[in-house]
Amino acid sequence: MAVNPDTINSMNIHTRKQRPMFNNARKIAVFAVVAVSSLLPATFASAAPVIQQWQTANGARVYFVPAPELPIVDVRIMFDAGGARNGDKGGLAQLTSGLLNDGAGDLNADQIAERFGGLGVQFAAAAELDNATVSLRSLSKPEVLQPALDTLALILRQPTFPQDAFERVRKRMLIGLRQQQQSPNAIADKAFDKAMYGDHPYGASPLGSEESLNALTRDDAVNHHSRYYVARNAVVAIVGALDRAQAQALADTLVSKLPEGEPALALPKVNDLTAAQAINIEYPSAQTHILSGQPGMSRNDPDYFALYVGNHTLGGSGLVSRLSEEVREKRGLSYSAYSYFMPLRDRGPFTMGLQTRSNQADEALKVMRDTLRTFVEKGPTTKELEASKKNITGGFPLRIDTNKKIVDYIGMIGFYNMPLNYLDTFIAKVDAVTLPQIQDAFKRRVQSDRMVTVVVGRSAAQK
Amino acid sequence: MQIRFLLLTSFLSLSLVPSAQAENTLRETTLDNGLRVIVKEDHRAPVMVSQVWYKVGSSYENDGITGVSHVLEHMMFKGTPKRPAGEFSRIIAANGGRENAFTGQDYTAYFQQMEKSRLKVSFELEADRMRNLLLQPAEFAKEIKVVMEERRLRTDDEPQSLTQEQFTAAAFVNSPYRHPIIGWMDDLENLRTEDLREWYQKWYAPNNATVVVVGDVQAEEVFKLAKQYFGPLKPSKITPAKPRQEIEQKGVRRVTVKAPAELPYLLMGYKVPVIKTAKESWEPYALEMLAGVLDGGDSARFAKELVRGSQIAAEAGAGYNMYNRGADVFNFAGTPSQDRSVADLEQAIRGQIKRIQDEPVSGQELARIKAQVIASKVYELDSPFYQAMQIGTLVTVGLDPKLLDAYVDKLSAITPEQIQQVARKYLVDDGLTVAVLDPQPMSDKPAHGAMPAGGGRHGR
Repeated sequence: MAVNPDTINSMNIHTRKQRPMFNNARKIAVFAVVAVSSLLPATFASAAPVIQQWQTANGARVYFVPAPELPIVDVRIMFDAGGARNGDKGGLAQLTSGLLNDGAGDLNADQIAERFGGLGVQFAAAAELDNATVSLRSLSKPEVLQPALDTLALILRQPTFPQDAFERVRKRMLIGLRQQQQSPNAIADKAFDKAMYGDHPYGASPLGSEESLNALTRDDAVNHHSRYYVARNAVVAIVGALDRAQAQALADTLVSKLPEGEPALALPKVNDLTAAQAINIEYPSAQTHILSGQPGMSRNDPDYFALYVGNHTLGGSGLVSRLSEEVREKRGLSYSAYSYFMPLRDRGPFTMGLQTRSNQADEALKVMRDTLRTFVEKGPTTKELEASKKNITGGFPLRIDTNKKIVDYIGMIGFYNMPLNYLDTFIAKVDAVTLPQIQDAFKRRVQSDRMVTVVVGRSAAQK
Repeated sequence: MQIRFLLLTSFLSLSLVPSAQAENTLRETTLDNGLRVIVKEDHRAPVMVSQVWYKVGSSYENDGITGVSHVLEHMMFKGTPKRPAGEFSRIIAANGGRENAFTGQDYTAYFQQMEKSRLKVSFELEADRMRNLLLQPAEFAKEIKVVMEERRLRTDDEPQSLTQEQFTAAAFVNSPYRHPIIGWMDDLENLRTEDLREWYQKWYAPNNATVVVVGDVQAEEVFKLAKQYFGPLKPSKITPAKPRQEIEQKGVRRVTVKAPAELPYLLMGYKVPVIKTAKESWEPYALEMLAGVLDGGDSARFAKELVRGSQIAAEAGAGYNMYNRGADVFNFAGTPSQDRSVADLEQAIRGQIKRIQDEPVSGQELARIKAQVIASKVYELDSPFYQAMQIGTLVTVGLDPKLLDAYVDKLSAITPEQIQQVARKYLVDDGLTVAVLDPQPMSDKPAHGAMPAGGGRHGR
């Protein structure tokens, strides 16, 4: 029931990597999901709130922004424990995350739910590719906040992973897999990641496979938790009506009893694609879904701003972007046509996408490719670059206008070890991007003749 | 955030959407031409959201032109004599703005989120397209194709959406709620520019619209700007839509939808009143509490008993939207667990309903729901956009936005006996519609909706 008032924005932030079960998505969404097209590039800058940063005695890094205006506290605890840490145990990170509130200390799932529910607290746990995040939103008054934090601390420190809950969550994930199989979009995503990343951890579906899920045991979840849910592998982000001392006490309540542990090891390096790859998947849908791309950029990429600002013109600015203009506005071929970079610890995907009635898929794909090729060759026009900068910098205050957005931001800054002044310097860095820099970055980083292209839909014979 | 999108009436709609308006901060005026302007100041960040709401949506539509409200919403970005197609979006973008629009059963709305000093940009553009839309056939010809793609994307290729569409069409006989917001494909294929022009002339006027602004603004300044930009627009003679109240249902209705899919899906809906139609004004609030008892989070009965306990459901939800213009259904939806059937799930949901009818809900459960409602009311203050949405929705369906302030008190006043009473009165078979998605093999044959090469009619 906890309705997320930031629906639009949160739908945007959550990348196509997370394809939630449909019902849940509907329950949360006041708005129909704005399809993949509405993905903002996952960059988010904040209108420069001052971030306070410290470390707990056992090594967790804490990021804090006081927000005294509303009697609310938002907390994110992020562990480097996402799907990229699954190894050969596909689905493990999600399963572990999904089990956290199914039992902790001497509390069972019902008791945990009743505690949070009775306090009006919102709890969530999710595993993405790089991170596993536990979130809490609470009123700031101590008689609510303190018991909420105590329960949360127990969940982080002593989840019990009951065997029956383990079986239930696994079954639920198996159903999630089948749900993906009835979505051409999800099928395309999965094939796209696999082809782009091969055996690299980013290539594996976060949900795992039927086979990998069936092979998981309760011990795997216990081990995943004890290896990765540790202080030196954790970042705590706090925004709310607290002073520094209160925030410090809050962080200590949550993580001071976690074992120190070790940070997760570096991931293997993402390799370049060596050749173009075309994957066609037969599917009985009215529309054909097309994704095309290659490994893009990392969160701390030296080309970050050039690629981000450049992509704004190519396909990152909605209806006024070139892809949308060519595919939708001029030709009416698709409801959405877009491109984005999803920056991760290592190079996340650069993706272009659209969906169109099957008998015009070839035409749409050609328009998409031509648009990219022209853009990589020439870059944006001076006017387009100017317009992009105006949109990005003029809209900067909107990126940090709610506590939720700020906590997401500082969590990201902490998790990826980005400079603390990232938000303060964001506008200047966008403004400093030049046309030659964009041209140079796209030429070096985007090889239009070496893209993975996935086409899901009815084949020519059946159109 | 670029794509114009539908506001689907979310199925498992927000059982307990609380709403927060500090009463003293809601400021309102009506211009001489009938335009209502409502302002809520929120000075936390130097931004604002501006929304223009029109009293028109799919529930205003007649057979043959279903989807026209939504197509018109798309065309609103396609130019006026002053500003050619696409210019609207370019100007907003150049001002650092985010914009979009959405169409629902009971409303069509347009919005911009911008730095606070840009409000006049939003007003100037919105005022222009409120009265001066061009509706050029060449632009229409392209855009209607985009909308058909949108329909394929959201409905035709989504087995659960398809089931939902058929469910709604079965649940309502003469109420316009039976039509999908996006329209039937056949109607979209036969829609003409003239249909849109007529629709635009009929409904787009200052006296059929409300402007809602929430953010770091001064109410008096907003009123002044509204007068400056919207003030000169001429009002129209608006003929209100006819009531078209749904006939009384006389027995359970069952629908099966066969579509390529992996998983079955169950939808159940009981006819219930909403605030606008309720004879007893407490009843919608009792239904809202009922939704909370069953589906208000992890500690509610569905999560506890159907998902975790008996594990009959992989997912189960209940939803009710009391802010509709006409009587609606109270929904249940779910997917059975792997080794359970849709029939098992229906039985389990009926068991939950019966329990509500037979035993009063415990004080503890009600206290939990109340705690969540009160907290959510505070949480939503973090989202100016959501607050504007709520104000716009209520005003546009003809409700007093002050109801948002009364929400917690009205819910808190509901007794366990009242929850029992509405469950006994409304959650009964004679008002029930059930739709089941019957999954068909995914491979092996092309989709039902196979499109002949070269276009033509959509075969569904």
